[in-house]
Amino acid sequence: MSTTRMTVAKAMTECLKAEGIATVFGYPGAAICPFYDELLNTDIRHVLVRHEVNGGHAASGYARMTGKPAVAIATSGPGALNLITAIATAYMDSIPMVLITGQVNTEQIGRDVFQEADITGSAEPFVKHSYLLKDPKDTARVFKEAFYIAGSGRRGPVLIDIPFDVQKAEIDFEYPEAADIRSYRPSSLGNGQQIKRAINALTEAKKPLICAGGGLFTGNGAELMRKFSEITDIPVVSTMMGLGAMPTDSPRYYGMLGMHGCKSANYAVNHCDTLVLLGARVGDRAISAMKPREDFTVIHIDIDPAEIGKNLAVHIPIVGDITLVLSQLLEAVKEPMVHAEWKAELDEMRGESPIILAKDGYINPKQFMKILDEALPDDSVVVADVGQNQIWAAANITFHSGRFLTSGGMGTMGYSVPAALGAKSATPDREVIAICGDGSFQMQMMELATALQHDINIKIVVMRNNYLGMVRELQERGYNNRLTAVSLDGSPCFTKIAEAYGIESVLVDSPEKAKDAVERMIKSERPFLIEVAVEDLEKTIL
Amino acid sequence: MKHTISVLVENQAGVLARIAGLFARRGFNIDSLAVGVTDDERVSRITIVADGDDYTLEQIEKQLNKLIDVIKVKTLQSDSVVSRELVLIKVGCTSKQRAEIMSIVEIANGKISDISQNTMTIELSDSKENLRNYEELLRPYGIKEIVRTGTIALQKGDATVKV
Repeated sequence: MSTTRMTVAKAMTECLKAEGIATVFGYPGAAICPFYDELLNTDIRHVLVRHEVNGGHAASGYARMTGKPAVAIATSGPGALNLITAIATAYMDSIPMVLITGQVNTEQIGRDVFQEADITGSAEPFVKHSYLLKDPKDTARVFKEAFYIAGSGRRGPVLIDIPFDVQKAEIDFEYPEAADIRSYRPSSLGNGQQIKRAINALTEAKKPLICAGGGLFTGNGAELMRKFSEITDIPVVSTMMGLGAMPTDSPRYYGMLGMHGCKSANYAVNHCDTLVLLGARVGDRAISAMKPREDFTVIHIDIDPAEIGKNLAVHIPIVGDITLVLSQLLEAVKEPMVHAEWKAELDEMRGESPIILAKDGYINPKQFMKILDEALPDDSVVVADVGQNQIWAAANITFHSGRFLTSGGMGTMGYSVPAALGAKSATPDREVIAICGDGSFQMQMMELATALQHDINIKIVVMRNNYLGMVRELQERGYNNRLTAVSLDGSPCFTKIAEAYGIESVLVDSPEKAKDAVERMIKSERPFLIEVAVEDLEKTIL
Repeated sequence: MKHTISVLVENQAGVLARIAGLFARRGFNIDSLAVGVTDDERVSRITIVADGDDYTLEQIEKQLNKLIDVIKVKTLQSDSVVSRELVLIKVGCTSKQRAEIMSIVEIANGKISDISQNTMTIELSDSKENLRNYEELLRPYGIKEIVRTGTIALQKGDATVKV
């Protein structure tokens, strides 16, 4: 390829095309206008969100479905700053994204001019890397590096901040084939000795356990993990980020562990003799139900060496790409293993508490989730928000080829609807359902317009109990039931809100209506909203 | 426990801010920090003296390595390292005291960098411990001002930290 003379703004669009970017999410402003003007000359689809943070979350949902870096765009100053929560959310969950922000003119930087903010400085704690693109000649290299860094190793967000005058500058453009960064060589294969040690430990183990984390999705290793569990007969528990990596109905699957996890999973973690952490960073909420113990062997497999030993003492660390390491492990397994006794012990811990029917005019949230789950196509994508709705969804939606997306590490309210918009844009043939509470919905309901404007047919479930329920539960238990600032009185009728946008909706206040509404929602080819009447004081412990 | 960490980084704008920010937000304590370009002008060497147990040191090394601009991180073995700080000390000094002070400076292998009617500015380069000694010896004359650099260090013998 030879070089072509063009503006940086045009070169930016060429970079996106070269990276195979078909859809971007953004919100324009003065400082990013040269780029937006060039975007008009391309086939790249621009989805106009109604708040910059939601552009970031939408890119996150998109990236989680494609496995490749997705793009969000904002202007300088407040536009860029509004992205930060989405950047931090993606950083915590290792989601590959490239964020493009406009910046004031190069010579004005540092003078506090209109809509100026030091976004590379502000976002520094939450990005894998960032660039302030001051030299127009660096455009191609910076974009190539940004996409490479975001989409390799431990995935994460990379920010490119581009001053207005730089966007208008002319350069000789040629997109490089590959990025060459001497200080960045993400590890790939696991150490052979450690693989042997791991297999030896697992062969000797009487009660081995796999903990499946979100890294199985970012690293595309879920299939191999299922195979490994099958050949080794090792039971599997999942973190919230790892939900769906193992089919819910597998006889070797024992549910989600942690603070809001189930009994069998937490029992398994507390009684296993060898624990294999697969792409799980041992977050505090995940191991909060785990007793401190030294009587077991921990094998930690992760792409990021800094996660190994950070929160849990590890005996056999394996740093590497999860797909490659799992292939190595599979190769090293000499003969199938059997763990019938251990599984029988865990099976004893299975079992669910019965559903207590809600009083008239309401529906038990667990019951609703089960009705929804029954009706959902197998490969559906469920995007849960944060709070009680997230726990109800995580505990009751079943997975085989479906996906569960949520803000696991950061716990960012307002994630579900924009992330669903992104996920649906990436996989238009799959059913994508955002599940949120009445608190979180009110942080994102402006995005109903985005769904309509761009024909993104997401389905939305609002679990309404008129409370910030999770915080209320905390106050009930930890603050002697002194409830403060958790009532959501004053909230609108959500079906009316939907109606105002021209979105079909149903209020569900009985199991019968739930079945009917869910069926209608799934049949609908348009955005659809269900408002679920949940009793005020309903708890997550069901 | 104190650790001396030698970090090779790309000589680019913003690198120091990234490293300082990392230490601040992860709660790592920096005792001293010195930055300068190496024989390759595209590479800077940052010498950090940090306080922490083995777990903290491991995290510092790993987290530093995650920064894209960081090329190499090495914790120097405390028993086989040459480490130096540079200090400038301005002491009050009458003409009668000059000879006395000069003899201290001579023992300390230092230099008189400036002299005036009432002051002498002394330049010393040594290990942190020795400098503390000399400082005490000079204190009785009245230290008017003192400035010191962070520690810089190299491993003894053949060992190097190179790109």
